[in-house]
Amino acid sequence: MALYSEKVMDHFLHPRNVGVIEDADGVGEVGNAKCGDIMKMYLKIDDGVIADVKFETFGCGSAIASSSMATELIKGKPVSEAMKLTNQAVAEALDGLPAYKMHCSVLAEEAIQAALADYEQKSGSEQNSGKSEG
Amino acid sequence: MIYADSAATTRMSETALAAMIDCIRSDSGNPSSLYAYGQRAKERLEQARADIAAVIGAKPREITFTSGGSEADNQALRSAAILGLRQGKKHIVSTAFEHHAVLHTLKRLEQEGFEVTLLDVHEDGLVRPEEVEKALRPDTCLVSVMYANNEIGTIQPIAEIGRICRAHGVRFHTDAVQAVGHLPIDVAAENIDLLSASAHKFHGPKGVGFLYARQGTPLTPLIEGGAQENGRRAGTENTPGIVAMAAALKERAASLAEDAAAVTALRDRLIAGLETIPHGALNGDRVKRLPGNVSFCFEGIEGESLLLLLDQKGICASSGSACTSGSLDPSHVLLAIGRVHDVAHGSLRLTLDTDITEADVDTMISAVSETVAYLRSFSPVWRDLREGRIPHIL
Repeated sequence: MALYSEKVMDHFLHPRNVGVIEDADGVGEVGNAKCGDIMKMYLKIDDGVIADVKFETFGCGSAIASSSMATELIKGKPVSEAMKLTNQAVAEALDGLPAYKMHCSVLAEEAIQAALADYEQKSGSEQNSGKSEG
Repeated sequence: MIYADSAATTRMSETALAAMIDCIRSDSGNPSSLYAYGQRAKERLEQARADIAAVIGAKPREITFTSGGSEADNQALRSAAILGLRQGKKHIVSTAFEHHAVLHTLKRLEQEGFEVTLLDVHEDGLVRPEEVEKALRPDTCLVSVMYANNEIGTIQPIAEIGRICRAHGVRFHTDAVQAVGHLPIDVAAENIDLLSASAHKFHGPKGVGFLYARQGTPLTPLIEGGAQENGRRAGTENTPGIVAMAAALKERAASLAEDAAAVTALRDRLIAGLETIPHGALNGDRVKRLPGNVSFCFEGIEGESLLLLLDQKGICASSGSACTSGSLDPSHVLLAIGRVHDVAHGSLRLTLDTDITEADVDTMISAVSETVAYLRSFSPVWRDLREGRIPHIL
Protein backbone atom coordinates (compact mmCIF):
# COMPACT_ATOMS: atom_id res chain seq x y z
CA MET A 1 0.00 0.00 0.00
CA ALA A 2 1.28 3.42 -0.91
CA LEU A 3 1.94 5.92 1.85
CA TYR A 4 -0.18 8.60 0.17
CA SER A 5 -3.20 8.75 -2.15
CA GLU A 6 -2.62 9.47 -5.85
CA LYS A 7 -4.08 12.94 -5.30
CA VAL A 8 -1.55 13.71 -2.56
CA MET A 9 1.30 12.46 -4.73
CA ASP A 10 0.03 14.51 -7.69
CA HIS A 11 -0.07 17.71 -5.63
CA PHE A 12 3.27 16.90 -4.01
CA LEU A 13 5.04 16.17 -7.29
CA HIS A 14 3.30 18.96 -9.22
CA PRO A 15 2.42 21.57 -6.62
CA ARG A 16 0.04 24.28 -7.87
CA ASN A 17 0.55 27.97 -7.11
CA VAL A 18 4.10 27.69 -5.80
CA GLY A 19 5.93 30.94 -5.26
CA VAL A 20 5.69 34.44 -3.90
CA ILE A 21 3.45 37.45 -4.59
CA GLU A 22 5.68 40.47 -4.08
CA ASP A 23 2.85 43.00 -3.60
CA ALA A 24 0.55 40.62 -1.73
CA ASP A 25 -2.54 42.02 -0.03
CA GLY A 26 -2.30 39.42 2.71
CA VAL A 27 0.53 37.17 3.93
CA GLY A 28 0.23 34.41 6.53
CA GLU A 29 2.93 32.15 7.97
CA VAL A 30 2.25 29.30 10.40
CA GLY A 31 4.15 26.39 11.93
CA ASN A 32 7.76 26.33 13.03
CA ALA A 33 10.93 24.69 11.82
CA LYS A 34 11.38 22.91 15.15
CA CYS A 35 8.30 20.78 14.41
CA GLY A 36 9.31 20.34 10.80
CA ASP A 37 6.54 22.28 9.02
CA ILE A 38 6.24 25.91 7.96
CA MET A 39 3.67 27.22 5.48
CA LYS A 40 3.56 30.72 4.05
CA MET A 41 0.60 31.93 1.99
CA TYR A 42 0.44 35.05 -0.18
CA LEU A 43 -2.93 36.48 -1.34
CA LYS A 44 -3.82 39.00 -4.05
CA ILE A 45 -7.36 40.21 -3.58
CA ASP A 46 -9.46 42.19 -6.06
CA ASP A 47 -12.99 43.32 -5.24
CA GLY A 48 -13.30 40.85 -2.40
CA VAL A 49 -12.22 37.93 -4.60
CA ILE A 50 -9.00 35.94 -4.29
CA ALA A 51 -7.46 36.86 -7.62
CA ASP A 52 -4.19 35.07 -6.96
CA VAL A 53 -2.62 32.90 -4.28
CA LYS A 54 0.90 31.52 -3.90
CA PHE A 55 2.58 29.41 -1.26
CA GLU A 56 5.98 28.46 0.09
CA THR A 57 6.28 25.39 2.29
CA PHE A 58 9.00 23.73 4.31
CA GLY A 59 7.73 20.30 5.22
CA CYS A 60 6.93 16.74 4.30
CA GLY A 61 5.08 15.47 1.24
CA SER A 62 1.65 15.90 2.76
CA ALA A 63 2.48 19.43 3.96
CA ILE A 64 3.40 20.45 0.42
CA ALA A 65 0.35 18.68 -1.05
CA SER A 66 -1.98 20.26 1.57
CA SER A 67 -0.62 23.74 0.78
CA SER A 68 -1.09 23.18 -2.93
CA MET A 69 -4.66 21.87 -2.52
CA ALA A 70 -5.62 24.68 -0.15
CA THR A 71 -4.55 27.29 -2.71
CA GLU A 72 -6.60 25.56 -5.42
CA LEU A 73 -9.66 25.47 -3.19
CA ILE A 74 -9.68 29.23 -2.58
CA LYS A 75 -8.35 30.65 -5.85
CA GLY A 76 -11.02 32.72 -7.61
CA LYS A 77 -13.36 32.43 -4.60
CA PRO A 78 -14.80 35.34 -2.63
CA VAL A 79 -12.95 36.13 0.60
CA SER A 80 -16.10 35.28 2.56
CA GLU A 81 -16.02 31.75 1.10
CA ALA A 82 -12.28 31.31 1.61
CA MET A 83 -12.73 32.12 5.28
CA LYS A 84 -14.87 29.00 5.59
CA LEU A 85 -12.07 26.71 4.36
CA THR A 86 -11.54 23.84 6.80
CA ASN A 87 -8.76 21.31 7.16
CA GLN A 88 -11.36 18.59 6.55
CA ALA A 89 -12.11 20.10 3.13
CA VAL A 90 -8.38 20.10 2.29
CA ALA A 91 -7.92 16.50 3.44
CA GLU A 92 -11.04 15.31 1.62
CA ALA A 93 -10.02 17.02 -1.61
CA LEU A 94 -6.73 15.09 -1.34
CA ASP A 95 -8.66 11.79 -0.99
CA GLY A 96 -7.57 11.57 2.63
CA LEU A 97 -4.33 11.81 4.59
CA PRO A 98 -2.79 9.27 6.99
CA ALA A 99 -4.03 9.98 10.55
CA TYR A 100 -0.64 11.21 11.76
CA LYS A 101 -0.47 13.63 8.82
CA MET A 102 -3.80 15.33 9.44
CA HIS A 103 -1.97 18.20 11.17
CA CYS A 104 -0.64 19.17 7.71
CA SER A 105 -4.17 19.95 6.56
CA VAL A 106 -4.75 21.89 9.80
CA LEU A 107 -1.63 23.90 9.07
CA ALA A 108 -2.89 24.65 5.53
CA GLU A 109 -6.20 25.92 6.91
CA GLU A 110 -4.38 28.03 9.49
CA ALA A 111 -2.02 29.49 6.88
CA ILE A 112 -4.94 30.58 4.67
CA GLN A 113 -6.78 32.03 7.68
CA ALA A 114 -3.62 33.86 8.80
CA ALA A 115 -3.19 35.39 5.33
CA LEU A 116 -6.88 36.43 5.26
CA ALA A 117 -6.58 37.96 8.74
CA ASP A 118 -3.52 39.88 7.56
CA TYR A 119 -5.51 41.12 4.54
CA GLU A 120 -8.44 42.17 6.74
CA GLN A 121 -6.09 44.04 9.05
CA LYS A 122 -4.21 45.74 6.20
CA SER A 123 -7.32 46.72 4.29
CA GLY A 124 -8.87 47.97 7.51
CA SER A 125 -5.87 50.13 8.34
CA GLU A 126 -5.67 51.35 4.71
CA GLN A 127 -9.27 52.54 4.94
CA ASN A 128 -8.44 54.21 8.24
CA SER A 129 -5.33 55.89 6.86
CA GLY A 130 -7.34 56.90 3.76
CA LYS A 131 -9.88 58.55 6.04
CA SER A 132 -7.28 60.37 8.08
CA GLU A 133 -5.59 61.65 4.92
CA GLY A 134 -8.92 62.73 3.44
CA MET B 1 16.65 1.41 -9.10
CA ILE B 2 19.56 2.37 -6.86
CA TYR B 3 19.15 0.70 -3.47
CA ALA B 4 21.00 2.91 -0.98
CA ASP B 5 19.35 1.75 2.22
CA SER B 6 21.34 -1.34 3.12
CA ALA B 7 21.40 -0.28 6.80
CA ALA B 8 17.63 -0.82 6.75
CA THR B 9 17.90 -4.24 5.20
CA THR B 10 19.74 -6.18 2.52
CA ARG B 11 18.62 -8.68 -0.06
CA MET B 12 19.46 -12.31 0.66
CA SER B 13 22.59 -13.45 -1.14
CA GLU B 14 22.26 -16.27 -3.67
CA THR B 15 24.42 -18.42 -1.39
CA ALA B 16 22.11 -17.82 1.57
CA LEU B 17 19.03 -18.42 -0.54
CA ALA B 18 20.45 -21.68 -1.91
CA ALA B 19 21.33 -22.83 1.61
CA MET B 20 17.84 -22.02 2.83
CA ILE B 21 16.10 -23.83 -0.02
CA ASP B 22 18.36 -26.84 0.33
CA CYS B 23 17.66 -27.01 4.06
CA ILE B 24 13.90 -26.79 3.47
CA ARG B 25 14.04 -29.46 0.74
CA SER B 26 16.44 -31.92 2.31
CA ASP B 27 16.54 -31.39 6.06
CA SER B 28 13.11 -30.28 7.21
CA GLY B 29 13.08 -32.44 10.30
CA ASN B 30 12.78 -31.16 13.84
CA PRO B 31 16.28 -30.83 15.33
CA SER B 32 14.91 -32.11 18.64
CA SER B 33 13.71 -35.42 17.14
CA LEU B 34 15.88 -38.41 17.84
CA TYR B 35 15.53 -40.24 14.51
CA ALA B 36 18.14 -39.72 11.82
CA TYR B 37 15.99 -37.32 9.77
CA GLY B 38 15.67 -34.97 12.76
CA GLN B 39 19.31 -35.40 13.69
CA ARG B 40 20.36 -34.30 10.19
CA ALA B 41 18.56 -31.00 10.83
CA LYS B 42 20.31 -30.85 14.20
CA GLU B 43 23.67 -31.30 12.48
CA ARG B 44 22.95 -28.44 10.12
CA LEU B 45 21.90 -26.27 13.04
CA GLU B 46 25.10 -27.03 14.93
CA GLN B 47 27.25 -26.49 11.84
CA ALA B 48 25.62 -23.06 11.45
CA ARG B 49 26.36 -22.32 15.10
CA ALA B 50 30.00 -23.29 14.66
CA ASP B 51 30.35 -21.24 11.45
CA ILE B 52 28.91 -18.14 13.07
CA ALA B 53 30.99 -18.56 16.22
CA ALA B 54 34.16 -18.85 14.11
CA VAL B 55 33.49 -15.53 12.37
CA ILE B 56 33.38 -13.56 15.65
CA GLY B 57 35.96 -15.57 17.61
CA ALA B 58 33.43 -17.25 19.91
CA LYS B 59 32.80 -20.84 20.96
CA PRO B 60 29.78 -22.49 19.31
CA ARG B 61 27.98 -23.00 22.62
CA GLU B 62 28.17 -19.24 23.22
CA ILE B 63 25.82 -18.57 20.28
CA THR B 64 22.04 -18.52 20.83
CA PHE B 65 19.74 -18.14 17.86
CA THR B 66 17.00 -15.53 18.11
CA SER B 67 14.33 -13.96 15.94
CA GLY B 68 16.63 -11.04 15.18
CA GLY B 69 18.56 -8.11 16.61
CA SER B 70 15.76 -6.69 18.75
CA GLU B 71 15.18 -9.97 20.55
CA ALA B 72 18.92 -10.41 21.06
CA ASP B 73 19.19 -6.90 22.55
CA ASN B 74 16.20 -7.50 24.83
CA GLN B 75 17.55 -10.81 26.06
CA ALA B 76 21.10 -9.54 26.54
CA LEU B 77 20.03 -6.58 28.67
CA ARG B 78 17.44 -8.45 30.65
CA SER B 79 19.81 -11.36 31.37
CA ALA B 80 22.60 -9.04 32.53
CA ALA B 81 20.12 -7.11 34.68
CA ILE B 82 18.94 -10.31 36.37
CA LEU B 83 22.55 -11.34 37.03
CA GLY B 84 23.19 -7.89 38.47
CA LEU B 85 20.13 -8.03 40.67
CA ARG B 86 21.40 -11.24 42.28
CA GLN B 87 24.45 -9.30 43.47
CA GLY B 88 22.41 -6.25 44.43
CA LYS B 89 23.78 -4.28 41.46
CA LYS B 90 21.16 -2.14 39.78
CA HIS B 91 23.07 0.38 37.70
CA ILE B 92 23.49 0.23 33.91
CA VAL B 93 25.63 2.45 31.67
CA SER B 94 24.66 2.97 28.04
CA THR B 95 24.55 5.78 25.47
CA ALA B 96 22.01 8.32 24.28
CA PHE B 97 21.99 7.08 20.67
CA GLU B 98 21.40 3.35 21.08
CA HIS B 99 18.80 1.58 18.97
CA HIS B 100 15.29 1.63 20.45
CA ALA B 101 15.57 -2.11 21.11
CA VAL B 102 18.15 -1.15 23.74
CA LEU B 103 16.73 2.21 24.87
CA HIS B 104 13.20 0.92 25.36
CA THR B 105 14.42 -2.14 27.25
CA LEU B 106 16.45 0.17 29.50
CA LYS B 107 13.35 2.33 30.06
CA ARG B 108 11.50 -0.79 31.15
CA LEU B 109 14.33 -1.79 33.48
CA GLU B 110 14.24 1.70 34.99
CA GLN B 111 10.57 1.20 35.77
CA GLU B 112 11.60 -2.02 37.47
CA GLY B 113 14.04 -0.17 39.75
CA PHE B 114 17.28 -0.06 37.77
CA GLU B 115 19.24 3.15 37.38
CA VAL B 116 20.50 3.98 33.90
CA THR B 117 23.26 6.43 32.95
CA LEU B 118 23.21 7.43 29.28
CA LEU B 119 26.58 8.70 28.08
CA ASP B 120 27.06 11.67 25.78
CA VAL B 121 28.09 10.72 22.25
CA HIS B 122 29.54 14.14 21.42
CA GLU B 123 29.33 15.99 18.09
CA ASP B 124 31.39 13.36 16.30
CA GLY B 125 29.06 10.56 17.39
CA LEU B 126 31.74 8.78 19.41
CA VAL B 127 31.62 7.54 22.99
CA ARG B 128 34.71 8.42 25.05
CA PRO B 129 36.14 5.35 26.85
CA GLU B 130 37.29 7.52 29.78
CA GLU B 131 33.69 8.68 30.23
CA VAL B 132 32.58 5.05 30.37
CA GLU B 133 35.13 4.44 33.10
CA LYS B 134 34.01 7.53 35.02
CA ALA B 135 30.39 6.43 34.85
CA LEU B 136 31.10 3.04 36.46
CA ARG B 137 29.94 2.59 40.06
CA PRO B 138 30.34 -0.25 42.53
CA ASP B 139 26.74 -1.23 41.71
CA THR B 140 27.13 -1.13 37.90
CA CYS B 141 26.12 -4.50 36.47
CA LEU B 142 26.24 -3.74 32.74
CA VAL B 143 27.69 -1.45 30.09
CA SER B 144 25.88 -1.50 26.73
CA VAL B 145 27.41 0.44 23.83
CA MET B 146 26.52 -0.21 20.22
CA TYR B 147 29.34 -1.34 17.93
CA ALA B 148 28.37 1.05 15.13
CA ASN B 149 25.46 3.46 14.99
CA ASN B 150 22.66 2.62 12.59
CA GLU B 151 21.93 6.18 11.50
CA ILE B 152 25.25 7.99 11.39
CA GLY B 153 27.51 4.93 11.08
CA THR B 154 30.07 5.92 13.72
CA ILE B 155 32.18 3.00 14.98
CA GLN B 156 32.64 3.04 18.74
CA PRO B 157 35.93 2.29 20.57
CA ILE B 158 34.68 -1.17 21.51
CA ALA B 159 38.04 -2.75 22.39
CA GLU B 160 38.90 0.11 24.77
CA ILE B 161 35.49 -0.01 26.41
CA GLY B 162 35.77 -3.80 26.66
CA ARG B 163 39.14 -3.50 28.38
CA ILE B 164 37.76 -1.02 30.91
CA CYS B 165 34.72 -3.19 31.66
CA ARG B 166 36.87 -6.27 32.09
CA ALA B 167 39.24 -4.43 34.43
CA HIS B 168 36.27 -3.38 36.58
CA GLY B 169 34.50 -6.73 36.42
CA VAL B 170 31.43 -5.25 34.69
CA ARG B 171 29.62 -7.14 31.93
CA PHE B 172 29.82 -5.54 28.49
CA HIS B 173 27.11 -5.83 25.82
CA THR B 174 27.34 -4.45 22.31
CA ASP B 175 24.52 -4.15 19.81
CA ALA B 176 26.53 -5.13 16.72
CA VAL B 177 23.58 -5.31 14.32
CA GLN B 178 25.21 -2.83 11.91
CA ALA B 179 28.71 -4.21 12.35
CA VAL B 180 28.52 -7.99 12.00
CA GLY B 181 29.37 -8.94 8.42
CA HIS B 182 30.76 -5.45 7.79
CA LEU B 183 33.61 -5.07 10.27
CA PRO B 184 36.09 -7.57 11.71
CA ILE B 185 34.92 -8.57 15.19
CA ASP B 186 36.73 -10.66 17.77
CA VAL B 187 34.70 -11.03 20.96
CA ALA B 188 37.65 -12.52 22.85
CA ALA B 189 40.18 -9.83 21.93
CA GLU B 190 37.64 -7.05 22.42
CA ASN B 191 36.43 -8.37 25.80
CA ILE B 192 32.80 -8.48 24.70
CA ASP B 193 30.50 -10.50 26.98
CA LEU B 194 27.26 -10.11 25.04
CA LEU B 195 26.76 -9.26 21.37
CA SER B 196 23.59 -8.95 19.30
CA ALA B 197 23.33 -9.50 15.55
CA SER B 198 20.68 -9.65 12.86
CA ALA B 199 20.93 -11.77 9.68
CA HIS B 200 19.12 -9.46 7.26
CA LYS B 201 21.74 -6.75 7.72
CA PHE B 202 24.37 -8.99 6.11
CA HIS B 203 22.39 -10.57 3.27
CA GLY B 204 20.79 -13.25 5.39
CA PRO B 205 17.04 -13.69 5.83
CA LYS B 206 14.74 -11.50 7.92
CA GLY B 207 13.43 -12.81 11.22
CA VAL B 208 16.70 -14.46 12.30
CA GLY B 209 19.55 -13.26 14.45
CA PHE B 210 21.84 -14.40 17.18
CA LEU B 211 23.03 -13.48 20.62
CA TYR B 212 26.57 -14.24 21.68
CA ALA B 213 26.93 -14.68 25.44
CA ARG B 214 30.36 -15.42 26.88
CA GLN B 215 30.62 -18.58 28.92
CA GLY B 216 29.79 -17.56 32.48
CA THR B 217 27.05 -15.17 31.37
CA PRO B 218 23.93 -17.30 31.69
CA LEU B 219 20.98 -16.07 29.64
CA THR B 220 17.43 -15.78 30.91
CA PRO B 221 14.91 -17.00 28.37
CA LEU B 222 12.39 -14.44 27.11
CA ILE B 223 10.33 -17.26 25.64
CA GLU B 224 9.44 -20.12 27.97
CA GLY B 225 8.77 -23.65 26.76
CA GLY B 226 10.97 -26.47 25.56
CA ALA B 227 14.67 -26.89 26.17
CA GLN B 228 15.86 -25.73 22.75
CA GLU B 229 19.00 -23.61 22.56
CA ASN B 230 20.27 -25.13 25.81
CA GLY B 231 17.23 -23.77 27.60
CA ARG B 232 17.98 -20.21 26.56
CA ARG B 233 15.17 -19.88 24.03
CA ALA B 234 12.19 -22.16 23.71
CA GLY B 235 10.55 -23.01 20.39
CA THR B 236 11.52 -25.19 17.46
CA GLU B 237 14.51 -23.59 15.76
CA ASN B 238 14.07 -21.78 12.44
CA THR B 239 16.57 -24.16 10.84
CA PRO B 240 16.33 -22.87 7.23
CA GLY B 241 16.70 -19.28 8.41
CA ILE B 242 19.61 -20.10 10.70
CA VAL B 243 21.41 -22.13 8.03
CA ALA B 244 20.93 -19.27 5.56
CA MET B 245 22.21 -16.74 8.14
CA ALA B 246 25.38 -18.78 8.65
CA ALA B 247 25.91 -19.12 4.88
CA ALA B 248 25.48 -15.36 4.41
CA LEU B 249 27.87 -14.50 7.23
CA LYS B 250 30.53 -16.97 6.09
CA GLU B 251 30.36 -15.49 2.61
CA ARG B 252 30.63 -11.92 3.89
CA ALA B 253 33.49 -12.79 6.22
CA ALA B 254 35.50 -14.34 3.38
CA SER B 255 35.70 -11.01 1.52
CA LEU B 256 35.27 -8.59 4.42
CA ALA B 257 38.45 -6.54 3.92
CA GLU B 258 38.14 -6.20 0.11
CA ASP B 259 34.44 -5.34 0.34
CA ALA B 260 35.08 -2.77 3.06
CA ALA B 261 37.83 -1.11 1.03
CA ALA B 262 35.69 -0.95 -2.12
CA VAL B 263 32.60 0.36 -0.32
CA THR B 264 34.66 2.88 1.68
CA ALA B 265 35.95 4.36 -1.59
CA LEU B 266 32.38 4.73 -2.86
CA ARG B 267 31.30 6.23 0.46
CA ASP B 268 34.04 8.84 0.37
CA ARG B 269 33.20 9.72 -3.23
CA LEU B 270 29.58 10.23 -2.24
CA ILE B 271 30.50 12.28 0.82
CA ALA B 272 32.78 14.51 -1.27
CA GLY B 273 30.02 14.99 -3.84
CA LEU B 274 27.34 15.83 -1.29
CA GLU B 275 29.67 18.25 0.46
CA THR B 276 29.48 20.51 -2.60
CA ILE B 277 25.86 21.25 -1.64
CA PRO B 278 25.94 24.52 0.32
CA HIS B 279 24.76 24.59 3.93
CA GLY B 280 24.80 20.87 4.45
CA ALA B 281 27.01 18.81 6.73
CA LEU B 282 28.10 15.23 7.25
CA ASN B 283 26.78 13.67 10.46
CA GLY B 284 29.30 11.78 12.56
CA ASP B 285 33.03 11.20 12.40
CA ARG B 286 34.46 11.07 8.88
CA VAL B 287 36.94 8.24 9.46
CA LYS B 288 35.55 6.10 12.30
CA ARG B 289 32.43 5.20 10.36
CA LEU B 290 30.94 2.16 8.67
CA PRO B 291 32.24 1.56 5.15
CA GLY B 292 28.83 2.20 3.57
CA ASN B 293 27.32 4.95 5.74
CA VAL B 294 26.68 8.44 4.43
CA SER B 295 24.53 10.69 6.62
CA PHE B 296 23.92 14.39 5.98
CA CYS B 297 21.78 17.24 7.22
CA PHE B 298 20.73 19.98 4.82
CA GLU B 299 19.36 23.31 5.98
CA GLY B 300 16.02 24.63 4.76
CA ILE B 301 14.47 21.34 3.67
CA GLU B 302 12.55 18.48 5.27
CA GLY B 303 13.70 14.89 4.92
CA GLU B 304 10.48 13.11 3.97
CA SER B 305 9.86 15.25 0.90
CA LEU B 306 13.49 14.69 -0.09
CA LEU B 307 13.03 10.90 0.20
CA LEU B 308 9.79 10.90 -1.80
CA LEU B 309 11.41 12.88 -4.63
CA LEU B 310 14.50 10.64 -4.60
CA ASP B 311 12.16 7.64 -4.79
CA GLN B 312 10.66 9.20 -7.93
CA LYS B 313 14.20 9.21 -9.35
CA GLY B 314 14.63 5.54 -8.46
CA ILE B 315 16.78 6.05 -5.36
CA CYS B 316 15.90 4.27 -2.09
CA ALA B 317 17.16 6.29 0.87
CA SER B 318 16.12 7.05 4.44
CA SER B 319 15.93 9.98 6.83
CA GLY B 320 15.82 10.71 10.54
CA SER B 321 13.15 13.34 9.97
CA ALA B 322 10.14 13.32 12.28
CA CYS B 323 7.75 12.91 9.35
CA THR B 324 9.26 9.56 8.45
CA SER B 325 8.86 8.18 11.95
CA GLY B 326 5.29 9.18 12.68
CA SER B 327 6.38 11.20 15.71
CA LEU B 328 6.90 14.93 16.10
CA ASP B 329 10.54 14.65 17.07
CA PRO B 330 13.35 14.01 14.65
CA SER B 331 15.81 11.16 15.23
CA HIS B 332 17.15 10.81 18.78
CA VAL B 333 20.52 10.01 17.22
CA LEU B 334 20.79 13.34 15.43
CA LEU B 335 19.62 15.18 18.55
CA ALA B 336 22.21 13.25 20.59
CA ILE B 337 25.06 14.55 18.42
CA GLY B 338 23.78 18.07 18.95
CA ARG B 339 21.88 18.72 15.73
CA VAL B 340 19.06 21.16 16.53
CA HIS B 341 15.50 20.18 15.55
CA ASP B 342 15.38 22.55 12.55
CA VAL B 343 18.44 20.92 11.02
CA ALA B 344 17.71 17.33 12.09
CA HIS B 345 14.45 17.43 10.09
CA GLY B 346 16.54 17.84 6.94
CA SER B 347 18.50 14.63 7.27
CA LEU B 348 19.35 12.07 4.64
CA ARG B 349 20.94 8.62 5.09
CA LEU B 350 22.37 6.72 2.15
CA THR B 351 23.86 3.34 3.05
CA LEU B 352 25.88 1.59 0.38
CA ASP B 353 26.80 -2.00 -0.26
CA THR B 354 29.01 -3.84 -2.72
CA ASP B 355 26.42 -3.73 -5.52
CA ILE B 356 26.66 0.08 -5.79
CA THR B 357 28.80 1.42 -8.65
CA GLU B 358 30.67 4.68 -9.12
CA ALA B 359 28.05 5.63 -11.70
CA ASP B 360 25.33 5.05 -9.06
CA VAL B 361 27.21 7.33 -6.69
CA ASP B 362 27.43 10.07 -9.30
CA THR B 363 23.73 9.68 -10.10
CA MET B 364 22.94 10.06 -6.39
CA ILE B 365 25.11 13.17 -6.07
CA SER B 366 23.28 14.92 -8.92
CA ALA B 367 19.86 13.71 -7.78
CA VAL B 368 20.35 14.88 -4.19
CA SER B 369 21.85 18.22 -5.30
CA GLU B 370 18.97 18.91 -7.69
CA THR B 371 16.30 17.84 -5.21
CA VAL B 372 17.69 19.86 -2.32
CA ALA B 373 17.88 22.93 -4.59
CA TYR B 374 14.31 22.35 -5.81
CA LEU B 375 12.87 22.00 -2.29
CA ARG B 376 14.79 25.06 -1.14
CA SER B 377 13.32 27.06 -4.07
CA PHE B 378 9.96 27.21 -2.31
CA SER B 379 10.99 26.75 1.31
CA PRO B 380 10.14 29.75 3.53
CA VAL B 381 12.90 28.62 5.91
CA TRP B 382 15.48 28.74 3.13
CA ARG B 383 14.20 32.20 2.12
CA ASP B 384 14.68 33.43 5.71
CA LEU B 385 18.17 31.92 5.79
CA ARG B 386 19.14 33.34 2.42
CA GLU B 387 17.80 36.79 3.19
CA GLY B 388 19.57 36.85 6.55
CA ARG B 389 16.49 36.85 8.78
CA ILE B 390 17.73 33.74 10.55
CA PRO B 391 21.38 32.69 10.83
CA HIS B 392 22.82 29.64 9.09
CA ILE B 393 23.79 26.83 11.43
CA LEU B 394 25.51 24.64 8.83
